[in-house]
Amino acid sequence: MAPDPLRIAGREFTSRLFLGTGKFPSVAAMQAAVEASGTRIVTVALRRVDLDAPEEPLLKALDATKLLILPNTSGANDAEEAVRLAKLARAAGLPSWIKLEVTPDPRTLLPDPVETLKAAEILVKLGFTVLPYINADPVLAKRLQDVGTATVMPLAAPIGTSKGLRTRDAIAIIIEQATVPVVVDAGLGAPSHAAEALEMGADAVLVNTAIAVARDPAAMAAAFRKGVEAGREAYLSGLAPERSTAEASSPRQGTLGARG
Amino acid sequence: MSLEVFARNLDASTPLTPLVRQARDLTVRRFGLTMQLFAPLYLSNACINTCTYCGFSRPNAIARRTLTEAELSREMDHVAHEGFRHLLLVSGEDPRESSLDYLERAVRLAHGRFASVSIEVAPLDEAGYRRMLAAGAEGVVVYQEAYDRNAYAAVHTAGPKKDYDARLKAPQTAARAGMRRLGIGALLGLAPWKQEAMALAGHALRLQKTAWRSTLTLSLPRLRPAAGDFVPAHPVSDEDLVRLIAALRLLLPDAGIVLSTREAPELRDRLALAGVTMMSAGSRTEPGGYEEPEKAEGQFELSDARSPAEVAERLRSLGLDPVWKDWDAALLAT
Repeated sequence: MAPDPLRIAGREFTSRLFLGTGKFPSVAAMQAAVEASGTRIVTVALRRVDLDAPEEPLLKALDATKLLILPNTSGANDAEEAVRLAKLARAAGLPSWIKLEVTPDPRTLLPDPVETLKAAEILVKLGFTVLPYINADPVLAKRLQDVGTATVMPLAAPIGTSKGLRTRDAIAIIIEQATVPVVVDAGLGAPSHAAEALEMGADAVLVNTAIAVARDPAAMAAAFRKGVEAGREAYLSGLAPERSTAEASSPRQGTLGARG
Repeated sequence: MSLEVFARNLDASTPLTPLVRQARDLTVRRFGLTMQLFAPLYLSNACINTCTYCGFSRPNAIARRTLTEAELSREMDHVAHEGFRHLLLVSGEDPRESSLDYLERAVRLAHGRFASVSIEVAPLDEAGYRRMLAAGAEGVVVYQEAYDRNAYAAVHTAGPKKDYDARLKAPQTAARAGMRRLGIGALLGLAPWKQEAMALAGHALRLQKTAWRSTLTLSLPRLRPAAGDFVPAHPVSDEDLVRLIAALRLLLPDAGIVLSTREAPELRDRLALAGVTMMSAGSRTEPGGYEEPEKAEGQFELSDARSPAEVAERLRSLGLDPVWKDWDAALLAT
């Protein structure tokens, strides 16, 4: 198959799997999962890293020559807080790409659409490449594309639930209408979920919990890698359309039935 | 899960092992294989309340001390040097010794050095909490101690802390002021524990609805020996504590559960795998105790004397990543 890179804001990536770095039992386990996943984009919660520390262990463990380190604004309650965090990251020398998360409810961590749009507008104007985490809301996705975000990242299911593509119908509309890459984020619990998202035409997926808390995170990362690749190949190859009636894979006409 | 199931899980007839396993799975799913570490820092043991179980109780003839700003700085440097990025400022209640101005200065001092600052002080009004937030505190801890009104009245015999309702509404007031982390809890030993657990659970469920922007943390400190020789009327066994923490986790999957150095290392290991998500380590409960141990009286006796580095190492060997920083001071507009 011809090379099929993921293109976001003019950059090309050889993997369609984003990996979150939270919840791992150790930095070494996280590194092994990054390696096995083949990912080229890893997200890092700004609230977890010590930007003042010269030897920040999490950042030190990630090879910035191979990976895009994508800081996220998790913990931000509103647009103002998210913008403040993003500016802080840029001032500390991190790339000006930002995964925008505005999640005022610490229980569900569901994104606030109003504040997300507001923050996206400000950050785009400030020159950031903005990848917003959103509910699977097609109208919001269009509004964000209109203000200039580099992707949209609709959730499959509430974060950490591993329920898979519960928002499938809305994501299908988002994909159909998108002018920027669609990255399905949150709630993917199994490689088959990731494959399903790619089969539908999503450009990439982001996975964290399902890999980080697996008994063997590196092996699970490898499994997700295969799921993503299989889903993408199936999408590019043209899936057979669903039908409401059965259709034999070896039609009788012209074979056994031809005798009579 | 309903309170009915929670009550059933508290009962000894529900097998403990599967309960703990479920609680562990849920904790891992929600919080990952991590344990957040924090340090308490005592500002003052001056107190105008008579609380019969507490070492700082007014009638106790103990060495009292309120740290000066210079002393506070030294204490903060000490715990920061140990690796802590989350700090809990604790103080007795005494408007002259630990006034609102004093507390505000202490929070400001800490805000510059720590990623997260919380306060465990007497209940404040909304304006008071707003001042603390503006100075850099993101969290408020107010334990109800005893949810049972009679038990509460029996041990809080003099001083402003006698006002049960003022204390009960403090977390909601703090949330209204914009505080991001609310810590509630019951001091186990003052009243029958299952009854206290039900009341705490009800309080938590209510706060999750009304204070929806705030993260909730729960704490279940057991009474420890302290000055004044108080004997708890309703002791809670290790098994009961494990059961309670596992049951709370199943009822409240998203709530942080906090464990202090009141408990012994072996039990802390068990609880780390049964629902606890935040731990203090290497704590001192006397003001100035990090730099000058035992110059003033502590609040209670500690059972885990390990250093923060030793606790972190132990967590790693249990398969948990010790997390020193899980908040950023830049999130607050200060």
